Amino acid sequence: MSSAAMTVVIGFEGSANKIGIGIIRDGEVLSNPRRTYITPPGQGFMPSDTARHHRAVILTVLKEALEQAGLKPADIDCVAYTKGPGMGAPLVTVALVARTVAQLWGKPLLGVNHCIGHIEMGRLITKANNPTVLYVSGGNTQVIAYSERRYRIFGETIDIAVGNCLDRFARVIKISNDPSPGYNIEQMAKKGSQYVELPYTVKGMDVSFSGILSYIEEAANKMLSSGQCTAEDLCFSLQETVFSMLVEITERAMAHCGSQEVLIVGGVGCNLRLQEMMGVMCQERGAKLFATDERFCIDNGAMIAQAGWEMFRSGQVTELEDSWITQRYRTDEVEVTWRD
Amino acid sequence: MAALDFLKTAELLKQGAEARVYRAEFLGKPTIVKERFPKRYRHPTLDEKLTHRRTTQEVRSILRCRRAGIRAPVVYFVDYTSHCIFLEEIVGSSTVRDHIASSQQSDSGTEQNLQQLAERVGQILAKMHDEDVIHGDLTTSNMLLRRSQKDGESELVLIDFGLSYISALPEDKGVDLYVLEKAFLSTHPNTEELFEKLLKSYAASSKKSSAVIKKLDEVRLRGRKRSMVG
Repeated sequence: MSSAAMTVVIGFEGSANKIGIGIIRDGEVLSNPRRTYITPPGQGFMPSDTARHHRAVILTVLKEALEQAGLKPADIDCVAYTKGPGMGAPLVTVALVARTVAQLWGKPLLGVNHCIGHIEMGRLITKANNPTVLYVSGGNTQVIAYSERRYRIFGETIDIAVGNCLDRFARVIKISNDPSPGYNIEQMAKKGSQYVELPYTVKGMDVSFSGILSYIEEAANKMLSSGQCTAEDLCFSLQETVFSMLVEITERAMAHCGSQEVLIVGGVGCNLRLQEMMGVMCQERGAKLFATDERFCIDNGAMIAQAGWEMFRSGQVTELEDSWITQRYRTDEVEVTWRD
Repeated sequence: MAALDFLKTAELLKQGAEARVYRAEFLGKPTIVKERFPKRYRHPTLDEKLTHRRTTQEVRSILRCRRAGIRAPVVYFVDYTSHCIFLEEIVGSSTVRDHIASSQQSDSGTEQNLQQLAERVGQILAKMHDEDVIHGDLTTSNMLLRRSQKDGESELVLIDFGLSYISALPEDKGVDLYVLEKAFLSTHPNTEELFEKLLKSYAASSKKSSAVIKKLDEVRLRGRKRSMVG
């Protein structure tokens, strides 16, 4: 195949504490470097500090992306960036760089929905056909299925995201944020054995995590100091409970849609226990589970490039005056012009 | 286990996400048996607690509705060891979902029929919420229309109280309606007006509706206003 027929897209992602730039050429990930802004234990990341972190490293990451792919700016066909959703200041920082290089290189821009980036990357890597998607991260918890040119949200959290619940619990018991609080909770959970009863809240196809979070925030230190259970037991119990809730709403969506495939995307999707539980549910229904690893589960630039690639090839382009960012951007707002 | 042995001779109707549903004859009556089977992906303690809680909540909510005159299946028997509920089979009925779908397809003077149906649903839900019963899984598949032999007016029956619980909070009732709205609009395209009619009827029939509708509006916005970082 001649290189004239290929489409190369560079994607810029920095909606939360990860800044990643990736390059995709016709479904091949040529490079995908990333940096994470990690705060001390007990602290979350704030928008302005996060933006500052991204500003400091973004040009380095950009150079890495081009060098690792062995490409020059002239080889790029389109510059994709995260339009939203996410944190304001970091989104602006990244969009600014994307706009600038697009103009410098004379390339078209594409504003991409972050959630759709996750979905399209998941589809590319796993080759899942038409799965029920569970998108779980620090900022989002949605059960999505494709129907008539939209990624429709069948179920979601009615308050906070599951990753947010896990991250904030990590802060309460001062678990390290390196490499991520969720990863450390997962490791500690493996050593937990006692199941502590926690609130379980599923409402129809939706879930709620603020109840279990406030319960565990209040009770954790009491339980730990009384010796009733260990921190590992709490991590274990929290995972078992929130993951069961996620598997339940996914199963309900599958039953509703008659779907036989599940795809897990988003940072929390890295969690092997969640994958294991979803796998058991799938097995019992004769369904198939698809999941990716931390390169693609966690926010990264290539996923924005991949969604951008699909959008670009279906004829979409974002004009400069429309290349703003937005903190709130529903997955179902986007018209999925690249699928029928 | 007697209930499970009994089920071996019953006809399996469907296996949902939550339970297996069978048809059988029990004490000479047409019966639906709902078996909540163990979920292997859950921790066994959590699974047992959740399954037991849902079984008891379901039965409690149905009984509470029935006592208030809301049509729901009669509970014949409950086996708490195998988590089986033996319920009256609502013979000669179809779901409101099928009814709306076929009405929309045939369009023969159905506008008024559907509006009347929407009003009746609003009324029955208002009554249920006034009893502080939160259904928890309101969809048009969980409402049945049973043709009455006598005068032709069909009977509206609520079923599947598997996620139900008792609560007086307007927040919980608002979320209950929100769940229905989402299910309604995603299952039946172009029915926004019909659902509005349902809500108006609910507001008119319920004594405590204004706080509930207010909460419904708040919950609707939550999806739009939530910070979506990550």
